[in-house]
Amino acid sequence: MAEKTTTEAPAAAPTEKPPVPQAALPKNGAEKPKTDTQTYPVGIAGVKIEEEERKVPATEAPPLPINEKLAVIGKPTPRVDGRAKVTGAAKYSADINLPGMLFAKLITSTVPHAIIKSIDTSAAEKHPAFRAIHMLDRDRSAAQTEEEKKDNWPRVRYVGQPLGAVCAPTQAHADDIARLVKITYEQKPFVVDPDKAKEPNAPIIFQGNAEQAGTAGGGGGPKDVKQNGNVRGPVAKGEADKAEIAFNSADVTVELDFRTQVQTHCALETHGLVADWKPDMLTVWASTQGTSSVRDELAAVFNLKKSQVRVITEYMGGGFGAKFGAGNYGVLATHLSKKANAPVRLMLDRREEHLCVGNRPSSIQKLKIGAKKDGTLVAMRLQSYGTAGVGTGAGASGPTQNLYTCPAIYTEDSDVFTNAGPSSAFRAPGHPQGAFSLEQGIDSLAEKLKMDPLALRDKIDDSEARREERRIGAERIGWKDRKPAGSDAGPIKRGIGVAQAIWYRIMNRDSHCDVRITQDGSVEFLSGVQDIGTGIRTALAQIVAETLGLKPTDITVKIGDTNYPQGPNSGGSVTTNSISPVARNAAWAAREQFLGQVAPALGVSADELEMADGRVFPKNNPNQSLTFKQAAKKMKVEQVAARGDRSDDYESKKGPRGKGAGGLGGVQFCQVAVDTSTGHIKVEKVVAVHDCGRPINPMGVKSQVNGGVIQGISYALFENRILDRNTGVMVNTNLEQYKIAGSREMPEIDAQLIEQYWGKSSTDAAGIGEPATVATAACVANAVYNAIGVRITQIPMTPAVVLEALASKQKASA
Amino acid sequence: MSTSSSNRGISRRGFLKGAGVTAAGAAIGESAVVAFAEESAPKGPKIVGPKPLSVSLKVNGAEKSAAIEPRTTLAEALRVNLDMTGTKIVCDRGACSACTVWIDGTPVNSCMTLAIDAQGKDIRTIEGLAMGDTLHPVQEQFIEHDAMQCGFCTPGMIMSCAALLEHNKNPSLDDVKTATSGNLCRCGTYPKVFDATLAAAKMMKA
Ligand code: FES
Ligand code: FES
Repeated sequence: MAEKTTTEAPAAAPTEKPPVPQAALPKNGAEKPKTDTQTYPVGIAGVKIEEEERKVPATEAPPLPINEKLAVIGKPTPRVDGRAKVTGAAKYSADINLPGMLFAKLITSTVPHAIIKSIDTSAAEKHPAFRAIHMLDRDRSAAQTEEEKKDNWPRVRYVGQPLGAVCAPTQAHADDIARLVKITYEQKPFVVDPDKAKEPNAPIIFQGNAEQAGTAGGGGGPKDVKQNGNVRGPVAKGEADKAEIAFNSADVTVELDFRTQVQTHCALETHGLVADWKPDMLTVWASTQGTSSVRDELAAVFNLKKSQVRVITEYMGGGFGAKFGAGNYGVLATHLSKKANAPVRLMLDRREEHLCVGNRPSSIQKLKIGAKKDGTLVAMRLQSYGTAGVGTGAGASGPTQNLYTCPAIYTEDSDVFTNAGPSSAFRAPGHPQGAFSLEQGIDSLAEKLKMDPLALRDKIDDSEARREERRIGAERIGWKDRKPAGSDAGPIKRGIGVAQAIWYRIMNRDSHCDVRITQDGSVEFLSGVQDIGTGIRTALAQIVAETLGLKPTDITVKIGDTNYPQGPNSGGSVTTNSISPVARNAAWAAREQFLGQVAPALGVSADELEMADGRVFPKNNPNQSLTFKQAAKKMKVEQVAARGDRSDDYESKKGPRGKGAGGLGGVQFCQVAVDTSTGHIKVEKVVAVHDCGRPINPMGVKSQVNGGVIQGISYALFENRILDRNTGVMVNTNLEQYKIAGSREMPEIDAQLIEQYWGKSSTDAAGIGEPATVATAACVANAVYNAIGVRITQIPMTPAVVLEALASKQKASA
Repeated sequence: MSTSSSNRGISRRGFLKGAGVTAAGAAIGESAVVAFAEESAPKGPKIVGPKPLSVSLKVNGAEKSAAIEPRTTLAEALRVNLDMTGTKIVCDRGACSACTVWIDGTPVNSCMTLAIDAQGKDIRTIEGLAMGDTLHPVQEQFIEHDAMQCGFCTPGMIMSCAALLEHNKNPSLDDVKTATSGNLCRCGTYPKVFDATLAAAKMMKA
């Protein structure tokens, strides 16, 4: 997670850093900010809303009522950049064409494990289209040992590892030239299978302790973890003994083993950027989830001031956690631009995208749950191994640690190094894996206890949000008609399942913006924050519009540029939580200045004025109004501008009300049809009920929920990175054999939102990206169990896996 | 739609280069009549390249020309040489339909079509779908239904859906699923793509 990230989670995601103490972050240098006492709505809309007082900095915008009482926030709003996207006008990094621009191609390793003996670039350099070459001194995305930091060239630890890059006037020539670079390797034994890599005599991948730097989106494991052979860990949480003793008091226990595969991100726009090196300024157009993360890394590598690096991300084609920092490709493109004295575009090709810029680690999990007859949990234990390739951070214990109330929880997470590309953060790192085991464990426990899975969760889950989500979802999926497992007669059997998601309400105080109002009536919002497809651009327009009584389309949102005030990196579902209160605060401050400027023209004082429906008017005399444009003309200065900053979350007197109150999450239900003659699973319907604090744009939020569900189905049924164990080569580095869900696999998706107010910030909004994908694979697996009466504990649940499971059941009952 | 060439061990570009344009044209299922002279080619179809040659393309009704190598795909010629970047390249081998354009009214993967083979044909790209400021109903309904997230698949998706409505005024949900079955979207916008396209069909009938 980002350096300056705070979290409310009781035991946060395994990769998070501890919260930064408040004292470390004085607000704008002020000694002690003046505070006001304000009243905020708290609770779930439609269930119970109470009012609670909060002491808040005096610079905060006044509280907003619940969405029902607002004009713009909470209303489904089409994207403000929709037109640019549907006409092809939106410019992504891959679309930047600059005069004299060169195209670059990576040089990648062809062997899985080796020391580089020599690199011969002479043939490449003779090619008439050759412009420049740069070779890396290390793999910037993978873990590294102390010892190898002295090496001239990177240690080769997987096939497809970036070693360098060349550039030429056309992409085709760059591709040709890259093939001419001759690398001599001293090959070493290698291992790509985590089960084999764990064995004591396996080829060792890192001689000595290896660390991988984390990113703003998570990824990278905890530091200073003991390493034994290829196994790094375990990282333990809780007390093993306490859990063992507690298991003795259980009436019922469930023990299950699970396996999940490696999934690659497959963002449609690959990683890459255009770098334009000029003596006094480096400008890059980067496909990134963090403009400032790219700036910071390039400034550090090239020894530049951060003010000498400008990063622009106007549009970007998906990241899902993998796009932070400059990466090997960004550093290479910048070196090439410097050497060739020309702008350089380096976008990875599809094969490279699968291999060297991240993936979701696999997992091999052992879960044990103990409970009383009434369902009360007494102990849970999860032991998990996973491979993040040559990276770290394969932990899967987040859900077991955080979803349910249980007095004794013990978890162990270990990484197993293999000769494969490094993982990176991937939408809710560790959580789809962890939910796949835990939520099937809970389903299985309910069956053993002869309890309804929802009734069991009502007993062990103290989240008010999840309770309401279960109620809504059960009704919409038709839970009451759910049949006992495996009871359909025909070859096609249907089933219904449920699973829950947990994520954390995380925010980043490095979130700032300016709001400017100009005499001609234009309103601008400026921040470095980037829209990675979530629709934050639209949400920000809504917040400013709400505050100024305008329409979202009246606001010009300029984001994705480090020339603007710094914005948060978009990882871990932090963006909305971080930047939306900032927008509200800045818009409010701009509004106060604006009203101060125009009040004399209306013959009243500023605090008597109101703004709504595109007009400015005295509260007690709405008829005496000016349009916003007319009012703007009355400003005495050309422009007013205000800065917005993120304060700490407001402290609530009542304290946390159970684990659910500290987190974000959701409950998903689905119906599947399993063809027992072919093993084919079809997900027919999904009901996904989620919470994200105050939803700003329900339309965009539901799009993200759909996306999380679809990625989850794809993960559950299709996706699988396949490595050839004899050569270490990934055999499906494309989008036909690496299958992701397409239109033909789409179920009906019913995305539902609840509005949960906590009184935490001036917007009280939070993110949705991660929680939306956490529960889906588990939900599908539970539905499959309900359909066929066999529990499938591995993904992807391909027809072969399903048939095998059915056959083993038949054998067992024969 | 062109068929995918197998890409194991040999890249398409390398293959085209080695085999010359005749074989290349055959490999992608297009006729390989090359109508311009370059270098010497005494017998049979003329051999062109590998040097750049001048190609003219009719894109959205306008004649455009560019100097490109014969191995250049239509997708690349549009994006790089003509700076029409609405058309996206995602897989560059016919697996995702992000690069969908219409050639003589038929949606094709422009990454699987050589630019030289698109000469003399009527090419329509995402930039040419709207009538001036008036969006095509599919574009309008994509905005209304939020049928996009990052938007990278969106141009290809829209070209597939709009092509469907050219041929089928009354599509069912299943027809829309079939029309977009080659279009990948990693953000997961399919349900809204279906809704938007069905709404556009209604709008076009009204
Ligand atoms: S880029 Fe043409 S089909 Fe994928
Ligand atoms: S909207 Fe991002 S890939 Fe479709």
